[in-house]
Amino acid sequence: MSISVRHVSKRFGDFVALDDVSLEVPAGSLLALLGPSGSGKTTLLRIISGLETADEGTVRYHEQDVTNAAVRDRNVGFVFQHYALFRHMTVYDNVAFGLRVRRRSRAEIQRRVRELLRLVQLESLERSYPSQLSGGQRQRIALARALAAEPRVLLLDEPFGALDAKVRQELRQWLRRLHDELHVTSVFVTHDQEEAFEVADRVVVMNEGRIEQDGTPAEIFEHPANPFVMDFLGNVNVFQGHVQRGRAQLGSLEVEAPEYPEAELRPATAFIRSHELEVLRTKNGRPSLEARVMHVNPARPVVKVRVYSEAFGVALTVDVSWDRYADLLLQPGDLVYVAPRQVRLFVQPGAAI
Amino acid sequence: MRRLLVGAALTVVGLLVVVPLANVFAQALADGPIAWWHRIAHDPDTLHAIRLTLTVAPIAVVLNVLFGLAAAWAIARFRFPGRTLMTALIDLPFTVSPVVVGLLLILLFGRSGYLGPWLQAHDVKIIFALPGLVLATCFVTFPVVARELIPLLEAIGSEEETAAVSLGARGWQVFRLVTLPSITWGLVYGVILCNARAMGEFGAVAVVSGRITGRTDTVPLRVEKLFQDYDMPGAFTLASVLALLALVTLAVKTAAELKTRRELAAAKRPAATH
Repeated sequence: MSISVRHVSKRFGDFVALDDVSLEVPAGSLLALLGPSGSGKTTLLRIISGLETADEGTVRYHEQDVTNAAVRDRNVGFVFQHYALFRHMTVYDNVAFGLRVRRRSRAEIQRRVRELLRLVQLESLERSYPSQLSGGQRQRIALARALAAEPRVLLLDEPFGALDAKVRQELRQWLRRLHDELHVTSVFVTHDQEEAFEVADRVVVMNEGRIEQDGTPAEIFEHPANPFVMDFLGNVNVFQGHVQRGRAQLGSLEVEAPEYPEAELRPATAFIRSHELEVLRTKNGRPSLEARVMHVNPARPVVKVRVYSEAFGVALTVDVSWDRYADLLLQPGDLVYVAPRQVRLFVQPGAAI
Repeated sequence: MRRLLVGAALTVVGLLVVVPLANVFAQALADGPIAWWHRIAHDPDTLHAIRLTLTVAPIAVVLNVLFGLAAAWAIARFRFPGRTLMTALIDLPFTVSPVVVGLLLILLFGRSGYLGPWLQAHDVKIIFALPGLVLATCFVTFPVVARELIPLLEAIGSEEETAAVSLGARGWQVFRLVTLPSITWGLVYGVILCNARAMGEFGAVAVVSGRITGRTDTVPLRVEKLFQDYDMPGAFTLASVLALLALVTLAVKTAAELKTRRELAAAKRPAATH
């Protein structure tokens, strides 16, 4: 069942939560709404579910206009960040809830609940209460409960937000596998770009009530549409400078910028990802910055090195592979040269100096 | 210092609560339990007072549960104009003297009250009759259930209810299957407290009842009347019935309070971390 959101706007008093948002979710896909808090991603999810109503615009499931349909008539599965399990009901009763309120037969309920508990691998906990479960188990029960009445779409609001790192990692992969098995059209909200990129078929980046970019994880990572997306994806160093005649001047660093051949001098923001910087002991002829090593964090899978460029007045983060780190033997205080392999430039539209 | 404070508190509680209460029972049972029983069972006016109290209090409790649930639900779940005013008004009966409440009802429903002529024309008796007693008792006790439930509902939050709606439940199903089970003990506590106050109410009821022996006297009114008539054994006997009722209420209340606190603690416990 595809989902189609057209020109949806929503205000809360003076705050514009969504500003003319349109979005297509293809049937059977798993889509992530990614953005910082306050970007409108949860509001959009709640409007898709019917828990919130749009001020303007329409929501369709396949061809059916559900804009004014109540949540209970939309047949959606909704998974809440804090699970929202019924605390006075057993796991079995929680999962059975959606079927009971729809007055399904006892035999059918029993068959379906068992099936779902098998699916989320928690059959043995049928008689337990939510308070007796771990966070990860609770979220799996919440998912089973949402799936019980065979929803047309599955909506998840920061489903792993409240879990610790290891469980979160496991559940992500598990959700992906589950989706590959069930193929129910799913939308989940997250502020964690790693999570969005790992789990989703498509990622929609949101900011201040608008969609900044919509694409596959690879498209977004390789071709960020604008400075916001670039910055939000993280692990990036930001420089201010300007472009002119196919070259960009970023402080003492000068790089090629063939996409800006104009003679006009224009301010630009440059983004260099930390894995796109190279640390050198000596200059090798390529454009580079002189910098001093401040801090070395030998994390996995790469060593994170913080360097400070005095001439430029900026601190940079550089990812160094373990092999390279073994060659360089960097120590805090060492003087090094930092050379960018790739620079992404964004010129403010229409702004000349 | 600590010992002094504890001692002082115990002395006050002992002098003001324990000794008088013990005295009530001692006086009531001074000439044995058979005489005690005889004074209750063979005085038709006393029996009638007990029956009347056992009629008025349950009606008031039922009405207050309905009102309390509705008011608490509205205040805890919705933001509407007049919400703050309503929250303040719910407390009004606690701050107004019960006698004023009684007078207010007389002013409204009494023979020369605003609605009096109309009521008389339609042969409806409120003042000096059961409806008046129920109204006065309701008014005096109506904050009890609502006040008990508002903080509980607020602490529980609406997330489970939202989840129920998303799963296809209708309003009544949400209430019956999700909300009610999580506030059960809070409600029980409210009911018991409400019942205790309803049975013991004196001031407002005294004004609207007209104090007709054998017709509109409730237990507290009857106690006072017996006392006025210098029937000390009778007064103490009936007072001991009321006190006994209070002790039972106290016991149930303590149990319910414990469970309510658990409900509240369960509601406040962050569900996320484990």
